[in-house]
Amino acid sequence: MAKKQQQPKLDANGERKQRSQFGEAWHRMKKDKGAMLGLAVVSILVLVAILSNFLLDYDTDVVGMNTKERLQAPNAKHLLATDEYGRDILFRILYGSRYSLSVGLVAVAIALVAGVTLGAIAGYKGGAVEEVIMRFTDIFSSVPNMLMALVVVSALGQSMLNLMIAIGVTSIPQFVRITRATVLTVRNQEYVESARAIGLSTPQIIISHILPNSLSPIIVQTTLRVASAIISASSLSFLGLGIPAPNPEWGSMLSGGRKFIRDYPYMTLYPGLAIMITVLSLNLLGDGLRDALDPKLKN
Amino acid sequence: MMSNEEVLKVENLTVYYELEEETVKAVNDISFSLHKGETIGLVGETGAGKTTTALALLRLVPDPPGVIKSGKITVCGNDMLEVPVQKLEEIRGKDIAMIFQDPMTSLNPVFTVAEQIAESIEIHEKVTKHEAYEKALEMLEMVGIPRERGGEYPHQFSGGMKQRVVIAIALACQPQLLIADEPTTALDVTIQAQVLDLIKNLKDKQGTSVIMITHDLGIVAETCDKVAVMYAGRIVETGNLDDVFNYTLHPYTEGLFNSLPNINDRKAELKPIHGLMPDPTNLPAGCAFEPRCEYACEACKTQQPELVSFTDTHKAACLRYAEPGFHVARGKKHE
Amino acid sequence: MSKTMIEVKDLTKFFKTPKGMLHAVDGVSFSIEEGKTLGVVGESGCGKSTTGRCILRLIEPTAGKVFFEGQEVTAMNSRQMHDMRQKMQIIFQDPFSSLDPRKTVAQTIQEPMKEFGIVPKDQLHAKTRELMDMVGLASRLINTYPHELDGGRRQRIGVARAISLQPKFIVCDEPVSALDVSIQAQILNLLKELQRDMGLTYMFITHDLSVVNHFSDDIAVMYLGQLVEKAPAEELFANPVHPYTKALLSAIPIPEVGGPKRERILLKGEITSPVNLPDECRFAKRCNYSCEECRKSDPKLFEISPGHFVACHRMNEFNNK
Repeated sequence: MAKKQQQPKLDANGERKQRSQFGEAWHRMKKDKGAMLGLAVVSILVLVAILSNFLLDYDTDVVGMNTKERLQAPNAKHLLATDEYGRDILFRILYGSRYSLSVGLVAVAIALVAGVTLGAIAGYKGGAVEEVIMRFTDIFSSVPNMLMALVVVSALGQSMLNLMIAIGVTSIPQFVRITRATVLTVRNQEYVESARAIGLSTPQIIISHILPNSLSPIIVQTTLRVASAIISASSLSFLGLGIPAPNPEWGSMLSGGRKFIRDYPYMTLYPGLAIMITVLSLNLLGDGLRDALDPKLKN
Repeated sequence: MMSNEEVLKVENLTVYYELEEETVKAVNDISFSLHKGETIGLVGETGAGKTTTALALLRLVPDPPGVIKSGKITVCGNDMLEVPVQKLEEIRGKDIAMIFQDPMTSLNPVFTVAEQIAESIEIHEKVTKHEAYEKALEMLEMVGIPRERGGEYPHQFSGGMKQRVVIAIALACQPQLLIADEPTTALDVTIQAQVLDLIKNLKDKQGTSVIMITHDLGIVAETCDKVAVMYAGRIVETGNLDDVFNYTLHPYTEGLFNSLPNINDRKAELKPIHGLMPDPTNLPAGCAFEPRCEYACEACKTQQPELVSFTDTHKAACLRYAEPGFHVARGKKHE
Repeated sequence: MSKTMIEVKDLTKFFKTPKGMLHAVDGVSFSIEEGKTLGVVGESGCGKSTTGRCILRLIEPTAGKVFFEGQEVTAMNSRQMHDMRQKMQIIFQDPFSSLDPRKTVAQTIQEPMKEFGIVPKDQLHAKTRELMDMVGLASRLINTYPHELDGGRRQRIGVARAISLQPKFIVCDEPVSALDVSIQAQILNLLKELQRDMGLTYMFITHDLSVVNHFSDDIAVMYLGQLVEKAPAEELFANPVHPYTKALLSAIPIPEVGGPKRERILLKGEITSPVNLPDECRFAKRCNYSCEECRKSDPKLFEISPGHFVACHRMNEFNNK
């Protein structure tokens, strides 16, 4: 309602409430139960990922074999069963969050830096520069993501860093596109012209006016991309091109459990659930962020 | 000239927007009526409740959060708040039509203009597709667009032409009542003159009653018979053109006039109304204009003024007139 | 005799479009004297905003020269232009898109002063409050964001920002057309006050003739990228010569009832697109008086009486003097 926007908000004393746009977004998001659930789960996951390094001993708890306790169903000692080498699945899943989250975050960080820079330049400069960047982006995104990642991993060799690079590179086009699109709309706002009228240089304008106002869609995209990066990482690991065994990456755990799926479904069920819950919470969080940051929904 | 048939009667209409945290009191207890062939100007600033009133007449207030709290709206004998939805759709377009402020967004870009006019005719009249299309072309000619252009799409038209198409759609079924919500605000002066002229001529030809919503007192002076000045969701002054323009009673109306540059006296100083519109979620207990009013007294802070008749046609809501001899600086006194 | 602040010579701006060259501004010349206001009126698409932006070189003109106190602005390199910006500023039309939504009132007002370093850091805060006071903004609003404020207050922020550098010349691009009448009068009075106190020179762009009449010393009427008439405000309203000016003036809705009936001149059609213009009077298609001559050549601006310029082939017939 346009009517409402016009009216300044006053608190009881007639003083203006001071709330930045992000403050207001947070205020809105607090009402979104799904987003808050997502945020809670993601926060717990991050905490688990950090703490698991201190609470679990990698050699004994995570990769240490214990043939006596192999292929157990869930019990008091092993809450989520054990695998074919007698390793505790719960411990492995908890420790595995380190891989999934770090691959997701680093890969997206790579894509974010490269994509936003290219997108901002394309959007602000326009003309031939934009043309070149966007056509490259088009070509890049016409190769299936998985294929691209496979090629990168096979070319660079199998390692965690290469996995991050592979997934990061395939996510670049989305960031270029979304950044360019928002920069294009922001660029034509009068406050950008106003910044030029007081003599600010192009980099100054991009950094202090254009990027801060293009952040919302980029933030949303980032959360959603972390989710899909985690899926990509797990898929590649499942195919044996990701993080090599015996590291408890969720995808390779799934892959390892495949042979036992008929008799010991726990080995695939729990890592699968872990992936699902993580991705779902990130998506919930991303959707919530989008709703909270979208000024069109602001009443 | 005018028959006494009442086309529209609004009684004690109150519309709120009930949001999670607060309630926007958009329209507060307004009443007015309109006879056949008359034009009433609803004047006021942003947030005065003009558009909400118009939407309420069509029962188009977005719900949620909009709620018509109370009141009665009678259009051509139909109680708009009671009739079933099906009947409502019949009334909209046939008896009552609306022109929106922005002609750019009120047309559908994927249909030709003639198709859009014909659509409205088909819905409301028992005609074949072909007859409807033929009538649509006639309507186009009536609003001054050559019929050959009927097969073109909205983007091929300029702003003024689009507004003509919108008017053609609105008038296609010869409604009894036309609501024009700032029909010329998005247009240039010379085009505005053309469009106002068009509305006036069509109105005279078809005997349509018009509600002209505007913030421009100049447009009111040129097109309306009656005026209702709105402030913070209430009608503060209403009367014939002559009443309101030459016998101004309400301090807000006076303030509006004083804010306008005088075209005949360029040296005259502007006397703006100080301050801002009150927050419609938190209206003052007394007169809503009191904080900005230079005539305000103690009673204005606590007591809500009622519309009081000064003559048969002229009403204003201001407590100060209880004092004998009081009058705002502008305007002549009624005898 | 006051000195000339701004002089514009044959200013031209063409834009390339898929359909051809768009003549946004086409050979416009005028000057503005120090401390005066030139009102520029015309309909949307007549090039009035583009002219204003070309003077400030926010848009690079295709051809023509702009002088500021005798210095050629159009010949300056980017370094000189940067310093020049301190002296010439702009106030925008839309109080909603002209302020960065992520910056507080203080940040927005301080930005120009920081860029030019004209106020020592420790005095910045005090200076900001002083500016807010000058434009009538309560100082408790210093940390609010634009979206919390109404249109009138936002426009005051825009004004404070523009005057923070103590400029000599300000382009006001429709500064009040997005505001309600009562607020509009407040801003107009504020701009007038500032002009008196700071000796500002304005170029006041608007489509509202009653506002321009009230506000300007001289008025220039533009049509399709060209100046068709320019005269002192009183002269223009008393004795409009160009048929377009006459039509514009007669189209103003006047908020008076019972006054003498005015003759309204209705124009045919609408402003045509300024793409690939033929060599004829640009107004000819809509003009009620167009003749043979008008379709043959484009009339030049001619001074028919001191200070009164008109571009029309038949101006001598229309001149009532």
